[in-house]
Amino acid sequence: MVELAPKSPLAGLVPVTVGRMTLTEVDLGRLTSVAPYRGRDEGLSEALKAAHGIAAPEPGRVTGRVAARASGRDEACAIWFGQRMFLLAGADPDPALAQYAALSDQSDGWACARIQGRGATQVLARLTPIDLRPAAFRRGHTARTELQHMAASITRLGEDDYLILVFRALAGTLVQDVRQAMQGVAARGGG
Amino acid sequence: MRITCPICGERDRREFYYVGDAVALERPDADAPPEAWHGYIHLRDNPCGVTRDLWYHEQGCAAWLVVTRNTATHEVLGVALASDEKGEAR
Ligand SMILES: [Zn+2]
Repeated sequence: MVELAPKSPLAGLVPVTVGRMTLTEVDLGRLTSVAPYRGRDEGLSEALKAAHGIAAPEPGRVTGRVAARASGRDEACAIWFGQRMFLLAGADPDPALAQYAALSDQSDGWACARIQGRGATQVLARLTPIDLRPAAFRRGHTARTELQHMAASITRLGEDDYLILVFRALAGTLVQDVRQAMQGVAARGGG
Repeated sequence: MRITCPICGERDRREFYYVGDAVALERPDADAPPEAWHGYIHLRDNPCGVTRDLWYHEQGCAAWLVVTRNTATHEVLGVALASDEKGEAR
């Protein structure tokens, strides 16, 4: 019988360190997309609170402690993930949620990375068209947007600290593009 | 050009996919006369001025949008969720 060894999406690709910036892999645990049925939003949020201790996030926001989860803490958080959808991370979804929303396991679908360190904001500014200024994109804000040409989820965890999700198949491209931008920022004395 | 998605806020044009005239929301009934289907499928105005288009926030929240804009000035006059414009029908 063949023994299959699990391999994380960014295994062998990270960490990448350039100047004071690091790109690392994050283990968010179980990932489940949660898409509420029409008229079931309130019930869903209540069920989510009862089962996992967090509310359903509003568009562009997160609930729970995403930075703690990204740092390896075993707790659940939710990241808004698109129109009428969010991503439940770090918990096996309570079966009761299925009354209120379509649940889909995405655990193996996403490469989850974190870029940290002075210059990280400048790196992302080279790759995404969203407004990253602190007044517009605060800690706990999240966006579905473009990263270079990839569809991405970007969440701000701190001043120069971001969580980035892209499709697992794009893991290599993600690391290549972010590394290149890190080198560009560092070369100009920004990192 | 920037489009203000009702869900995501103001975003760069590159995040959106242009779909075409918002007439696509006015699908005729299945038993409508052939002229209605001919108009729906083939006939489009080419306005110099205000027009309504369908756009898709492909690299964002994945919402379908109705964008009202001016083809002469490139001004974007309004953006609405297609689901709000169309309601729950169909
Ligand atoms: Zn949007």
